Amino acid sequence: MTHAPSGRLGNWIINGFFAVICLLIALPFALVIIISVTSENSLIEHGYQFLPSQLSLEAYQIVLSKPQSLLQGYGVTIAVTVIGTVVSLLLTAMTAYPISRSDFRYNRPITFYIFFTILFSGGMVPFYILMTQYLHLKNTLAALIIPSVLSPFNVMIMKGFLDKISKEIIESAKVDGSSELRIFIRIILPLSTPALATLGLFISFGYWNEWFNALLFIDNDKYIPLQLLLVRTLAQIEFLANSPMAEAADRLQYANFPSLSVRMAMAILAGGPMLVIFPFFQKYFVKGLTVGSLKG
Amino acid sequence: MGNIGLWFRKEWKHLRKNRELLLLAAPGVLFKFVIAYIPMVGLILAFKFYRYDEGIFGSRWVGFDNFEFLVKSQDALRVIRNTLAYNFVYIVLGTVTALLFALLLNELTGRMVKLYQTTMFLPFFISFVLVGYIGNAFLDHENGFANNLLTMLGFEPRNWYFETGPWLFILPLVSIWKGVGFSTLVYYAGITGISSDYYEAARLDGATRIQMMLRITLPLLKPLIIILFILGLGNIFRGDFGLHYFVPNNVGMNYATTDVIDTYIFRALTKLADINSAAAVGFLQSVVGLVTVIGANYLVRRIDKDSALF
Repeated sequence: MTHAPSGRLGNWIINGFFAVICLLIALPFALVIIISVTSENSLIEHGYQFLPSQLSLEAYQIVLSKPQSLLQGYGVTIAVTVIGTVVSLLLTAMTAYPISRSDFRYNRPITFYIFFTILFSGGMVPFYILMTQYLHLKNTLAALIIPSVLSPFNVMIMKGFLDKISKEIIESAKVDGSSELRIFIRIILPLSTPALATLGLFISFGYWNEWFNALLFIDNDKYIPLQLLLVRTLAQIEFLANSPMAEAADRLQYANFPSLSVRMAMAILAGGPMLVIFPFFQKYFVKGLTVGSLKG
Repeated sequence: MGNIGLWFRKEWKHLRKNRELLLLAAPGVLFKFVIAYIPMVGLILAFKFYRYDEGIFGSRWVGFDNFEFLVKSQDALRVIRNTLAYNFVYIVLGTVTALLFALLLNELTGRMVKLYQTTMFLPFFISFVLVGYIGNAFLDHENGFANNLLTMLGFEPRNWYFETGPWLFILPLVSIWKGVGFSTLVYYAGITGISSDYYEAARLDGATRIQMMLRITLPLLKPLIIILFILGLGNIFRGDFGLHYFVPNNVGMNYATTDVIDTYIFRALTKLADINSAAAVGFLQSVVGLVTVIGANYLVRRIDKDSALF
């Protein structure tokens, strides 16, 4: 697109505007990173600054010298993400395929049945009681996976994709005597790879960043995912000082446990890696979510 | 009787014919029944005095007592007011900023557009737990950057987490910060979907960029704007738990301006506090929420039939 000469000034102004906005959006990230590499003395003396007086990697040294809780957090989060995504994709496709078939007699009632759960729910109280008192899922990995394993939004997105698959392929497979299950596994699933990949991305993103169910259902130390570890670290500064890390701090001969910088270092180590990975898939987030936010 | 028998036999035949697809859908349908439909029955808790040992059905029936208590307690009215007011602000501010950013972004071409998009999108990828950390980096009373800045400029430092006033601005700011990249891209995608023919024709007629923005882009975006706006309104009873829990750090002293329905219910559940008020508020949230969503959809249908959700 070519712009008239008068447009060039406009372009400069708009570019300047976005440069400022982007700076403002990025600075908060920078602050956390900078705090994590500032020496504790400097933090105690001057508080959190963008230009610290003394840099130090002590916080990372301490966290990484006793990485048990962090590693365990990664373990739980990875397990939940992998299992959750696989089960969720399969269940979503299995639910979406029949209701995408116009010759399926019950496609309308089932579509409504699934869709209605977007509009209406029992809310948090009955759900909590169901999960803890009736299904007895408190302090289990399942409590982190089950609540979001079959999202009606994802079913609608998947149905939208499957609606476009040519019915003739299915018809001819049926003529050849294939069962519906066989058609689903041999034809539908392979044809849906692009949709499954996009949905898989959303789902894994959701599981990776999930903290709500952990907050509700996990209170032992065994199944703490990364996000819950971060919640606890943020909520009580003593949490870290009472952890095995304090020992490490002793060994590394710090007079006081550097809780301020260690806390931010935890945030970086737990949250950083995905912040680097997910943006590469930004395109798919937009594509899929626009569809999802409008119509399935 | 014969009619029913006939109908039953016919339906049975259909059922057999569709059994394979039905079987495929069965796990999802059963799952939703347990996880989504059974809790709907649990909504009756709002009319009961719940005790964990007596269960949902065993607990004593108390009629509207919970709601009466709720109206008297003020707490519940406060969280309902906060939920509605904040959500309305988020919807309006979010729509206006995202739309403005998308329109401006559309005026640019080349590599920078991608850079801006990616940067603005970054906050979308982090959880609200991490947003809480960022908030703490700025608002911590002793060390936070905000107080550093205030002191440097000669002002008194503030106890952000213990005050109620600042949250009226902080929460919308964080909400925009977190969501603007995504909503901008939604609108931007809508704009790029507009056929370039319109712009070609306008340019031949000598239209300026601002004229094209106001006369072509905005009118063609109108359905998308209205739909997203109304859908937002439909969800106005759903508080943003992450934002309102982690950013004000769940400090009791700021509840007056930070507590929303979802944080209120959450506390009732986890602290074993007043589960009956929570059930009553939750009941209102679900039922009134359904009404607002249906109402919103009705409005969308009237404006643009194809854009309605159902």
